[in-house]
Amino acid sequence: MSAPAITAQPCGKPPRAKWRRRSVLPGFGLSLGYTLVYLSLIVLLPLAGLAISSASLGWNEFWAIAFDPRVSAALQLSFGAAMLAAIVNTVFGVLIAWVLVRYRFPGRRWLDAAVDLPFALPTAVAGIALATLYAPNGVFGAFLENVLGVKVGFSALGVVFALMFVGLPFVVRTVQPVLEEIDRETEEVSATLGAGRFRTVTRVILPAMFPAILTGFALSFARGVGEYGSVIFIANNLPFESEIAPLLIVIKLDEHNYAGATAIATIMLVIAFVMLFVINLLQAWSRKWFGHD
Amino acid sequence: MTEAEKAATAQQRRQKQAIGEGPITRGVLIALALAFLGVMLIAPLLVVFIEAFGRGVGVFFEALTSPHTLSALQLTLLVAAIAVPANLVFGVAAAWAIAKFDFKGKAFLLTLIDLPFAVSPVVSGLIFVLLFGANSALGPLLDSYGVKILFAVPGIVLATIFITFPFIARELIPLMQQQGSSEEEAAISLGAGGWRTFFLVTLPNVKWGLLYGVLLCNARAMGEFGAVSVVSGHIRGQTNTLPLHIEILYHDNKAAAAFAVASLLALLALVTLAVKSILEARFAGSLAAQRRH
Repeated sequence: MSAPAITAQPCGKPPRAKWRRRSVLPGFGLSLGYTLVYLSLIVLLPLAGLAISSASLGWNEFWAIAFDPRVSAALQLSFGAAMLAAIVNTVFGVLIAWVLVRYRFPGRRWLDAAVDLPFALPTAVAGIALATLYAPNGVFGAFLENVLGVKVGFSALGVVFALMFVGLPFVVRTVQPVLEEIDRETEEVSATLGAGRFRTVTRVILPAMFPAILTGFALSFARGVGEYGSVIFIANNLPFESEIAPLLIVIKLDEHNYAGATAIATIMLVIAFVMLFVINLLQAWSRKWFGHD
Repeated sequence: MTEAEKAATAQQRRQKQAIGEGPITRGVLIALALAFLGVMLIAPLLVVFIEAFGRGVGVFFEALTSPHTLSALQLTLLVAAIAVPANLVFGVAAAWAIAKFDFKGKAFLLTLIDLPFAVSPVVSGLIFVLLFGANSALGPLLDSYGVKILFAVPGIVLATIFITFPFIARELIPLMQQQGSSEEEAAISLGAGGWRTFFLVTLPNVKWGLLYGVLLCNARAMGEFGAVSVVSGHIRGQTNTLPLHIEILYHDNKAAAAFAVASLLALLALVTLAVKSILEARFAGSLAAQRRH
């Protein structure tokens, strides 16, 4: 798909095709050509390779792998834990965004910077740190087990905690700019018309933020489904219990079972794309419903 | 502060009180946000440094100066030194084509550039295994010419480029779109060449955004774990990056050494966050409006 773009638009010549508007600036052919070639080589070609490998499996083999109990258990854990973590992150992410935008308190800017920590901290580092904290003899692990009787480290719950760590900034950073833009006059109008503060927040502010909240949730969820590095240290990776789908891909690869790895990867990609598509639809619907863009 | 300004701030304060929350609600919300961020983000970061120095400074420096750590550090720096400039050139080319020209299919191209963000790191590694592995068409062919990609440095570089592909482009495109192209058009009509216009007009306008993108791209490139783990083959002293080295040390029951190496990457994360916050505070106007990555 890249070759025609380069040859059709040599640098400097006036464009013949009608697919772009004329411009006095040079370098369109060079920059778009380079973009397309690089994109094709690095991203599209390798991804096409996955699609071809998956297609060459055949339906029977594909379904046999997909409905293998161990594979479906891993997929359920990956998507379930990501969902749970994204829900918790949405609640606390909105709260944190609210506090950062609306209140002024000492240390607020430090807190604002700290929110991005999971973006900057390598997942392997986060993984061993979380494993140490939530292990049965760790600071939080011992507390949770002795006081609340909950085992977080080396269990399926540990997966959720690791995904909460990696997904939190997505919600905060998506909601924060929208909250900053919200016109405070609508709140004043609501208060003037006699609505209590709780009612104003739930009926006036939250609906306006809803598309952003949904986007943050989706990004946090999508990140969680594919996450590997931080999870494998805190979970004990037992099949049927705390084994996530990306880990199962790695295990299949170690066994040189390329068909198995390809099938799981394809299922993960397809489910993730479908969910993102559904969330995009929901977003379009909520924009229309709440009249906010 | 003049009298008028004082009056303005006093009025602002009164307005805020009319629609804000009471001091108790406010305090509870701030405390909740602080507690969640403290437990979820700050505690893991502290644990890294506490555990790194927990066995004494001797163990710490011994772990950092061991030959395997040094070779892992070298490889990590090498991979970032190739991956970041590669994606930088792509980011600039893509931003020039997309922001300065109007053509059909732009939205689709933007979606394609975002694609690597939607793919699990493990799957990103898998696609290169499928492309260059022993079972593929390309692998044996390249092998016969003595070119090794998988389980060697080129594979690690390719996987890292894939993972960090969108970072710089995603930062530059909205920024250059926002700035428009009137300044470049003026330069061209005054007789400057394309490259001269780019280096003297465009580049100074986007330099802070560029630095911001490079910073995030570099942090991810040096910290990537899942994708690199799949393609590296874990050969100590040869294909081991710092994050992979942390995993090996941790599973060898050398937790103190693992945390010593991890503290290096945590330090990198802190420096990244600090520079990022400075850029956001000082040059907010010359960064892209939306903080999304």
